[in-house]
Amino acid sequence: MRKVLSKIWNWIDDRGGFSELAKPLTTHLVPPDATWNYVWGSATLFCLVIQVVTGVALSFMYQPSAQVAYESLQYIQNQAFLGSFIRGLHNWGASGMMLLMGLHMIRVYLNAAYKYPREMSWISGIILLAVTIVMAFTGQLLRWDNNGVWSAIVAAEQMGRIPFIGNWIAYFLLGGTNIGGETLSRFFAMHVFLFPAIIFMVVGYHLYLVFRNGISEPPKPGRLVDPKTYRKWYEDMLAKKGVPFFPDAIWRDAVFSALVFIIIVSLAWFIGAPALTSKPDLTNVNVNPSPDWYFSWIFALFALMPRQIESYVIAFGPLIGGALIFALPFISNKGERSPLKRPWAIAGVIFVILSISSLWYMGYKEPWSPHFDAKPLPTTKTVGEFTASEKKGVELFNTVGCLYCHKINGHGGIRGPELTNVQKRLTEDQIIIRIVNGAENMPAYGGSLTKEELQDIVDYLMTNDK
Amino acid sequence: MDSDKEQTALQNTSREGENRRKFLSKITLGVGSFVAAVLAVPVITSMLDPVLRKKTPRWRKVGSLEDFEVDKTKMVSFKDTSPYKWSTEISQTAAYVRREQGDTFTAFSINCAHLGCPVRWVEESELFLCPCHGGVYYKDGSRASGPPPRGLFKYPIRVVGNNVEIKTAPIPITNMRA
Ligand code: FES
Repeated sequence: MRKVLSKIWNWIDDRGGFSELAKPLTTHLVPPDATWNYVWGSATLFCLVIQVVTGVALSFMYQPSAQVAYESLQYIQNQAFLGSFIRGLHNWGASGMMLLMGLHMIRVYLNAAYKYPREMSWISGIILLAVTIVMAFTGQLLRWDNNGVWSAIVAAEQMGRIPFIGNWIAYFLLGGTNIGGETLSRFFAMHVFLFPAIIFMVVGYHLYLVFRNGISEPPKPGRLVDPKTYRKWYEDMLAKKGVPFFPDAIWRDAVFSALVFIIIVSLAWFIGAPALTSKPDLTNVNVNPSPDWYFSWIFALFALMPRQIESYVIAFGPLIGGALIFALPFISNKGERSPLKRPWAIAGVIFVILSISSLWYMGYKEPWSPHFDAKPLPTTKTVGEFTASEKKGVELFNTVGCLYCHKINGHGGIRGPELTNVQKRLTEDQIIIRIVNGAENMPAYGGSLTKEELQDIVDYLMTNDK
Repeated sequence: MDSDKEQTALQNTSREGENRRKFLSKITLGVGSFVAAVLAVPVITSMLDPVLRKKTPRWRKVGSLEDFEVDKTKMVSFKDTSPYKWSTEISQTAAYVRREQGDTFTAFSINCAHLGCPVRWVEESELFLCPCHGGVYYKDGSRASGPPPRGLFKYPIRVVGNNVEIKTAPIPITNMRA
């Protein structure tokens, strides 16, 4: 039996050339000390595989039509066998891909692996980053719930700030000057056909470069990259102590990817994909559009940026940032690679991580958003009684919108300062001035409150135990 | 490679062979790029079709005069200038209509002038509040506070006989110089 099988295999391999196909893997030499810090890229690739597989699975059930997409997703989420798990995998696979890609990029940057001769690896990697971001964004929209639809509008508005061609790009993105069935069609076409095709091409190229130029050896302080001698040095080093990629190095990639897989499967199983929000309806204003985690820091940035410079930041920020990232290997493509000798690189990475994390935190808290669902303040005191005017004041505080932004005794929003003890900080006149005139982040109420109403609110605010 | 062919390859290194090869590679590249260019056309045209399709703004009835109280703001919904028949419910859009007095109306876009989120009208305080980044507008649509760089956008609105009509418009996009 064994003999027969091996004969069959020999025939297949002789005519099909499978061993030969895999040969480059086993003969390709890599530096022996390229170990656990080299698994990020392969794990990102592994996430891409998860995305392709689960994406195909989802597409068997998803209906890309503006009228029923939402219902088909409801079906996938609530009724289909394993449907919510597949959605969960696709969601966490995307998260994993974004996260691991970020770590891969940080690793490459800290080790200056983008220097000679691997400049094109960096550049193709940046293209992959951009395409992956597009995939994440278009995917969020395909949920075609209220959140997804409004995200498309928010994105279009951002494009709109680009000088001269802003409107055109915005409407190009939406597929017309309004949201319609064609909006979903084009996001579907982009997410499922166009950008995957681009990803496959660029990933193929990115991998080809890894083979062509070899994996960058772990840097050693003081060992400088000199474009004149590097290639020869690298080849000699490999000839002396290189190990075959398969299996000496690849086993770590396999083990790490398996670990990633276990994590993604557990997250998909136990937490799942974000719940669908309400049915898409542009006449429903009771929605609270908010992006997925990988974009929420940008959302936070828009809320916090001074509005005088915002247009410029939206229009030129990505442009300048993108240009700088692209230019990196041209700005410095030789010399020191070790992060120990490049303290500014470390500082830069820490700075970026800290800023994005704090924006994330803010994006999660959303302190700028009015809390429309804040629980109204009680109109009775725990101790004693409100006067008629104070009582009127509480009611007004609840209804005219103060409560959405100001907190008193644990009730209310957090956009504005807490007002529980405002009577200790401000005089009556100061409070009146602020209410009547507003401020940068508070509307002026002078026009909408009557004199008596104003007095009621102030009376209430001036009481000691609210 | 067989030795025969190698032989010919060697012979062809003469100048004539050189020129012939240059010519052949030009033909290949030329034919290839031509085919690629032609093949790109359908992708580009279908991508642009929804964008470039002619859409004429329409006046759409959003109510009768008696539906609107003077000095009050009310949300209305209507169908936008939708290019394709099959965009049904999703092509329904909304606006806030305010009857200033008699026959004078103002219609505000529900899209926040910051990044387009739907603003909510809070009757009691006569303010439009945006859920996304906390933009606020007064009842006349002017900016009150928060990140929006300008006031709410307006739709053309008119009264014809007893009907109040809004003219459909693109989703307003705030530009750099708002
Ligand atoms: S979209 Fe309204 S404040 Fe940002």
